Amino acid sequence: MIEIEKVHKSFGQLKVLKGIDLRVAKGEVLSVIGGSGSGKSTLLTCINGLEPIDSGRILVDGTEVHAKSTDLNKLRRKIGIVFQQWNAFPHLTVVENVMLAQRKVLGRSKPEAEAEAVRQLSHVGLGDKLKVYPSRLSGGQQQRMAIARALAMSPHYMLFDEVTSALDPQLVGEVLDTLRMLAAEGMTMICVTHEMKFAREVSDRVAFFHKGVMAEIAAPAELFGAPKSEELRAFLSATH
Amino acid sequence: MFDTALTSSDFLFLARGAGMTLLVTAISVVLGTCLGIACGIFRFQVGPWWAAPMTFLLDIFRSIPLLIQLVLVNAFLGMVLKLKISGFSVACGVLTLYTAAYCAEIVRGAIEAVPGTTRRAARSLGLTWWQDMTSIVLPLATRVALPSWIGLALGVMKDSALVYIVQVTELLKATQILITRLQEPLLLLMICGLFYFVISFPLARLGGYLERRWSND
Ligand SMILES: Nc1ncnc2c1ncn2[C@@H]1O[C@H](COP(=O)(O)OP(=O)(O)O)[C@@H](O)[C@H]1O
Ligand SMILES: [Mg+2]
Repeated sequence: MIEIEKVHKSFGQLKVLKGIDLRVAKGEVLSVIGGSGSGKSTLLTCINGLEPIDSGRILVDGTEVHAKSTDLNKLRRKIGIVFQQWNAFPHLTVVENVMLAQRKVLGRSKPEAEAEAVRQLSHVGLGDKLKVYPSRLSGGQQQRMAIARALAMSPHYMLFDEVTSALDPQLVGEVLDTLRMLAAEGMTMICVTHEMKFAREVSDRVAFFHKGVMAEIAAPAELFGAPKSEELRAFLSATH
Repeated sequence: MFDTALTSSDFLFLARGAGMTLLVTAISVVLGTCLGIACGIFRFQVGPWWAAPMTFLLDIFRSIPLLIQLVLVNAFLGMVLKLKISGFSVACGVLTLYTAAYCAEIVRGAIEAVPGTTRRAARSLGLTWWQDMTSIVLPLATRVALPSWIGLALGVMKDSALVYIVQVTELLKATQILITRLQEPLLLLMICGLFYFVISFPLARLGGYLERRWSND
């Protein structure tokens, strides 16, 4: 379970998160929507400890992420994260991209890591691209590779930060299908997304962020069907 | 034209000079590169403010002409500290620092060229700072730094001609000695140039080879 309690976070003078309270249970799929600059990405990078927080706390399976005694490198094995920009390691082939952290972080042997990499890459439909360098892949394929790379670490949680926003429209579908497949398999996921249709169909709950505050959170039917706040109504009519 | 007084032992004398040039260059470039990488990483990691003393020190080595550095260091060690240090050691020491000073800047620039998003992805997979450095940052930075580094190494080889000032008979000095004796400057300079070419050509080719090998990714 991911527990976020009264989290405040600012960059210098700019208050980016203003008291976020949120719990994500095992197996849940939570979508996060909201305008640009509302703090969605920042929340994800706080959850896996890439960013420090000012106050409050975040617990992942009971471990406090920002406690001094927490081994972040160990904690991050539990939490996979995929970003908007495709972050392939350009000097490694696709299969090596997926093997690297397994070898370095989990200490898996080469055959073990390779077998797992092949399994995950086939799972996301890249079984025929193993020995290719990332520069030869389309954006959608690179993004699926990044997903396979995260999944190969056997994470308990997956965080997705607008993983389709930098893609050409015709490539969005293949990546969303991959996310749908993961959700159907029971992965616990937090998806920051602009794809309202996806959020509506796949999520157990949807959270709406506005100016650093989680303004609303509800089941998709309720949140999209009967938005309570003026801000959410404005946001939804702007995106539709 | 080739009616010459050059004997085989003279030729051997030149070859030994070339060997000395190669040795001084190799030692300085290897040690200087290691030191330069360490300084470059340090400079990148702590930021310009905290690295200012180191940067200032390295800037000294970059801005004072090598000839003056050699003379001053030699005089300082020998006359002020009264140390018995060979000209060869002084030459290698000064050239190493000179190489390191330039190399540090190349390394810092190359590390800065590695996108922060790529590093963030590596860290978020659980790689430690050190693992990220060795498996992601340095391999990518090497590709960026290689052309400048090759240029630096070739430059150091040519600049090593200046170590004659601390009594190291390298290739150019050996040539000059023979010119004075035999009065055949053209032939001797041609042979000297050929030696320089033979030393630098493999390095230049290695650069081209690595660039081609890495261009697929
Ligand atoms: N590393 C950073 N340094 C300074 N400001 C930042 C940094 N990251 C994000 N911000 C600022 O914090 C605010 C929230 O950013 P972000 O969490 O990326 O929003 P979202 O993902 O909802 O678009 C923005 O105003 C952004 O400019
Ligand atoms: Mg964002």
